[in-house]
Amino acid sequence: MATADKRPYKVIGTRPVRHDGADKVTGRAKYGGDMRLTGMLYGAMVRSPHAHARIVSIDTSQAEALPGVRAVVTSADMPAQGDRVVELGEGAANMRHLTANILARDKVLYRGHAVAAVAADNVHIAEQAARLVRVEYEVLQPVMNVLDAMRDDAPILNDDVRTESLGAAPQSPDQSRPTNIAKHFLFEKGDVAKGFAEADLVIEHEFDTAMVHQGYIEPHNATALWNTDGRITIWMSTQGSFTARQQTAELLRVPVSSVKVVPMEIGGGFGGKISVYLPPVAALLSRKTGRPVKLQMSRADVFEATGPTPGSHMRLKLGVTRDGRITAGEAWIAFDAGAYPGSPVGMACMCVFACYDVPHGRVEGFDVCVNKPRTNAYRAPGSTHVAFAIETIVDEICEKLGLDPLEFRLKNASREGTRRVDGPVFPRIGMVETVQAIRDSQHYQSPLAGPCRGRGVASGFWFNVGMKSSVTATVNLDGTVSLIEGSTDIGGTRTSIAMQLAETLGIAAEDVNPTVVDTDSIGYTDVTGGSRVTFATGIAAVEAARDIQRQMVQRAALLWDVDPAAVKYDDGRLLGPAGKQFTFKELAAEIHQTGGPIIGSGTSSSATQGGAFGTHCVDVEVDPETGKVQILRYTIAQDAGTAIHPSYVEGQMQGGVVQGIGWALNEEYWYDDRGTMRNATYLDYRLPTCYDVPMIETMIVEVPDPQHPYGVRGVGEVPICPPPAAIANAIYHAVGVRMRRLPMSPPNLLSEILQRFQD
Amino acid sequence: MPRVFLPPALRSLAGGQESLEMPGSTVREILAELERRHPGVQAGLCQGDGLRPGLAVCVGGAVSTLGLLQPVGPDDEVHFLPAIGGG
Repeated sequence: MATADKRPYKVIGTRPVRHDGADKVTGRAKYGGDMRLTGMLYGAMVRSPHAHARIVSIDTSQAEALPGVRAVVTSADMPAQGDRVVELGEGAANMRHLTANILARDKVLYRGHAVAAVAADNVHIAEQAARLVRVEYEVLQPVMNVLDAMRDDAPILNDDVRTESLGAAPQSPDQSRPTNIAKHFLFEKGDVAKGFAEADLVIEHEFDTAMVHQGYIEPHNATALWNTDGRITIWMSTQGSFTARQQTAELLRVPVSSVKVVPMEIGGGFGGKISVYLPPVAALLSRKTGRPVKLQMSRADVFEATGPTPGSHMRLKLGVTRDGRITAGEAWIAFDAGAYPGSPVGMACMCVFACYDVPHGRVEGFDVCVNKPRTNAYRAPGSTHVAFAIETIVDEICEKLGLDPLEFRLKNASREGTRRVDGPVFPRIGMVETVQAIRDSQHYQSPLAGPCRGRGVASGFWFNVGMKSSVTATVNLDGTVSLIEGSTDIGGTRTSIAMQLAETLGIAAEDVNPTVVDTDSIGYTDVTGGSRVTFATGIAAVEAARDIQRQMVQRAALLWDVDPAAVKYDDGRLLGPAGKQFTFKELAAEIHQTGGPIIGSGTSSSATQGGAFGTHCVDVEVDPETGKVQILRYTIAQDAGTAIHPSYVEGQMQGGVVQGIGWALNEEYWYDDRGTMRNATYLDYRLPTCYDVPMIETMIVEVPDPQHPYGVRGVGEVPICPPPAAIANAIYHAVGVRMRRLPMSPPNLLSEILQRFQD
Repeated sequence: MPRVFLPPALRSLAGGQESLEMPGSTVREILAELERRHPGVQAGLCQGDGLRPGLAVCVGGAVSTLGLLQPVGPDDEVHFLPAIGGG
């Protein structure tokens, strides 16, 4: 559905076949695993069997003596980093921590932590050699739970970590003891005590969510060649070739210009393929051997040693008047960052009350190190956790006050002008419109009957980011345009960018040929993440198209011997005096006779998105004997601003919902007492499949974002936020049990159902 | 005049105020004036010539890529927030 007046677009809003479709469906697209180079060696990693241990010694002699082994590297081969903090495109990184995460130095901080790597003639020899690397450990007590890690007597992971508070001067290491609490965030708005005093009903609960992996199908991989001229080329699967280049250069302490990253096709990322793990190691092995080296993770490596989303513990309190007006909110949020600081708890703090106009609010957040892999972004980082908490409390309030949950949301929804608890004021946003769309939907209006069946609704918010993008576009003699971009294509963005260029030029989407290129072949472009590519790279493409328009006008003026001011570019035509005109194709055929190549370029760096909202409705049926939840029907309404390619928007919405269903019903890292993940395979780590979900019904709401020339809002992240809360609310209405722990897996739900009957 | 919102950890340096009007046409100028009136504020927000790592400045509702160099209009609000990334 559309809530805005439709503008007369020719390309935007249509559904052309994706430009990379043929390569993808025929298997010809090249992924990192497909890399084969002459003389290439194969690598294997040596990983820690312990969650927390001091490295006493590493003996590589037996591995090096194995026939076919060409090199072994350890942290001794990695340059020292000191206390540098470096801006890496999507946030700053402490280089001491980053390098220790690539190859552990004095301690291992999680099971699977890389300790050494081997390069050999084939992968079997490499794996055999990895088993011959002797590492002596002094095993230490691990701390796996965020609340345990915050205790004064908790084992300390990093001796150099002191608590940093937002806005406070940093503490000197001499003035304080090491801690696992790396960061403390605090946001306050108004007078919270006054707000709660005005409330007729106050609801407060504690919530827990499990550590969850992004679950991308393609494991991490990297092939590196450190050439004799000092230049390093990396072929890899990445969400951001430029940040991968910068991370690799900083980790190896070489100039950024000496590293070229060639992004291969990518089999999913969802935030998990922004940090680098393998490229510096492959590069070091290549430097030692003088040959290209390929490293590829196993599925267990991906689970144990990459960057899942944190588990969390949250305490949330909301006060409302009898007629359903929010008076105050308070949240206490602790995320397990994993081995090193950097969880998205700051963003969680900014999201927790974002859907609502909360007049008085206080939010406190803690970033806490535990003996798990260093966490990373995962689709709307931090927002899904807090949506689970706030949206289930909202549902409970509505039940207690006898209010319709959507009418409650409409009464309290954030709108243009609403001041967030973290300070800024919302611009034009579409929270209200998504609630209205669900309220008026056939799904919500239809009855749900049957035992143990229930319906739940929930809303969610994500900022979406802008950041930097570059595009160049070359006009070909046949009137087509070759589009060059640096945004790796995860969700069909080649096409959504090409469509914006085509719309601006007034040509067909099929007449644009988009290509994603390496870091030497395009200007700086930030990651494919933060729901930013269709927005920001789209702006760059529109700029490139306008650049082409200007040049085409000059060429037409030259041919017609008129002033360029007398020529108008209109919908793919050049209009001159006295009825003169060229089509784009006609003029393209003349470019070599009128001055040579026409190359347009565009960049985007300053635009900020207005934020995205979604509201979901789900029907479930609970088996009270097993605790299994079946999703009967699911509808999502989301503000896409302007949907460039509706099929891809729907695909993002559906994909996000399915991942949210995974968080809700099954997915979790299972650790034993020693800190070993016991379900590091897809057999035991239960992702939803097509057997678990119905067709997700989508309703595209369009409230154009004025920051974008066509009104685009990012769509990739916010659809993951509401599902756990919506499903929890549906479970309650099905069987009367309020779930406050994720996942709501059969054993967890059955336990709560049995408890209820006992009570 | 621009209005600067202080993170709660800094408010005690400014008499407990949540926000205050501060003259200046860039974030750098505003922070310099803020430091002059309320010593200690800058140490919480800046490191060297820039904002502290992990911190972003939001001016007029938009997160700036220019940091301290960001121009500030007379009616703008200035907020200091955690830098936002995404997945």
